[in-house]
Amino acid sequence: MSLEVSHLSKFYGNQKALDEVSFSAVQGRILGFLGPNGAGKSTTMKIITGYLAADSGEVKILGENALKYPKLVSPKIGYLPENNPLYLDLYVREFLEFSAGLYGMRTSHSKEQVSELIKKTGLSTEHHKKIGQLSKGYRQRVGLARALIHDPQVLILDEPTTGLDPNQLVEIRQLIQEVATNKTVILSTHIMQEVEAICKDVVIINKGKILAASPLSELKAGSGKIELVLETEEDLDLVWFEKLEKARFGVKGKKQLVLETIDPVESRKILMQIIAERSLNLNSLNQTKKNLETLFREITNSQ
Amino acid sequence: MKSLFLKEINAFFGSLTGYLVLALFLISLGLIVWVFPESSVLDYGFADLEALFSYTPFVFTFLVPALSMRLISEERKTGTWELLQTSPLSLVQIILAKYLALVTLVFLAVLPTLLYAYSIIQLGDPVGNLDLAGFFGSWIGLLMIGFTFAAVGLFASALTSQQVVAFVLGVFLCFVLYFGFTALSEILSGNLAYWIEELSLSYHYISLSRGVINSKDIFFLLGMIWVFLGSSVLVLRNK
Repeated sequence: MSLEVSHLSKFYGNQKALDEVSFSAVQGRILGFLGPNGAGKSTTMKIITGYLAADSGEVKILGENALKYPKLVSPKIGYLPENNPLYLDLYVREFLEFSAGLYGMRTSHSKEQVSELIKKTGLSTEHHKKIGQLSKGYRQRVGLARALIHDPQVLILDEPTTGLDPNQLVEIRQLIQEVATNKTVILSTHIMQEVEAICKDVVIINKGKILAASPLSELKAGSGKIELVLETEEDLDLVWFEKLEKARFGVKGKKQLVLETIDPVESRKILMQIIAERSLNLNSLNQTKKNLETLFREITNSQ
Repeated sequence: MKSLFLKEINAFFGSLTGYLVLALFLISLGLIVWVFPESSVLDYGFADLEALFSYTPFVFTFLVPALSMRLISEERKTGTWELLQTSPLSLVQIILAKYLALVTLVFLAVLPTLLYAYSIIQLGDPVGNLDLAGFFGSWIGLLMIGFTFAAVGLFASALTSQQVVAFVLGVFLCFVLYFGFTALSEILSGNLAYWIEELSLSYHYISLSRGVINSKDIFFLLGMIWVFLGSSVLVLRNK
């Protein structure tokens, strides 16, 4: 494990911000750190990067105790904080060279690295501008380039895509995926599609507690349930569907029936029988697998 | 550390603020020393720079906090403080880099006043008639006062994320340390008054300007700098 968080707790006054948070991240797999606003995502990340102190628990980065020796570990971490703070009156190149200096890189080496990152993050056309003049998408690239400047093995990205337009969103995601190969990446977000798009592992957190931590595929398979949505011309009556468990009306009212099932083939057969018996006019019968969004809502609301 | 130091220096000269503050400082000193009839050397009739040395600490109480106010509070406000804190630099290194940048600036501000000394030397009758020991004692005292105010200003900036609050706090602290304790000692009497006067920056400054570089005065001022830089580190560590 290149990053291990175990039993992390943090109080803000009397409020418990983190409650025994434990999870781990593996190299080469982007971990999506998912949770509603105020769930404790940023707090966890700030503790990992050494910005905040934890009240109890342990963080290990590449085997080193990050809470005890934050300065020893910090050269191995690239961190993009929430809201991407930057020095707006510095030029892009100047800022990146300054950051390289903070990480103790020699000037010759840092100049090379800065040029390479500018190319890699698509800043070539903008690198002579002041950061304050850049659009949000480009600023995000600058922030990402800064996080990567010292070629860290662990990358911590706190909501890297908030406030971007759909095109920028796709570009930044692509960029993250590109740079993430052979690094350990944790990416926090409250957008489900983002996790589905680029993450391999998911950790779901709500109110400071970890609710789920597993590979994305397992989480989706684990939910296991399939939804059947039936739409007809006539109004339906729930009594007709007594044989089927958990049948209910959908959002469209009495003409739409929704049911959850583990065995869709059997349920579909029964449905068709009922339709034939009552000679209903079938409009559509759809089968959907539950997506992560509904799953997320279920998990975080069931608390 | 070097790159942070250079960044701070560049920040002063990359924007108008740095030049503006330095220009205003030199203009006000120039006016006091050469133009205003009450303090002007030309009307005074003696070849010394008493005016420069007695008024500059007063100007410093405003100038130095104006230079230092943004150093930490701005970073805390914009969130860039998080970038610094999560870098391999320790808090002590961050504070030191910023302090050294500030000290460099104060030094640059005071440097042109050497020209005044040259002018007085030329104006003296006979030429060259200036108490050089007294001058350099005062000059070094002035620098030390500036450096102490810099530590105070930096501390004020560490206390708040509001630049204006940092400025007002800085001015107030400098004022109390320089004028306040002396004034207080005048109200009180006996041993207490003596100890309080010892705490006053102006007491040590005046002692230096007699032309004797007394290690006690230097150590007192260095101690003050240490206390304020240390307090800044403590304040920021607990945030």
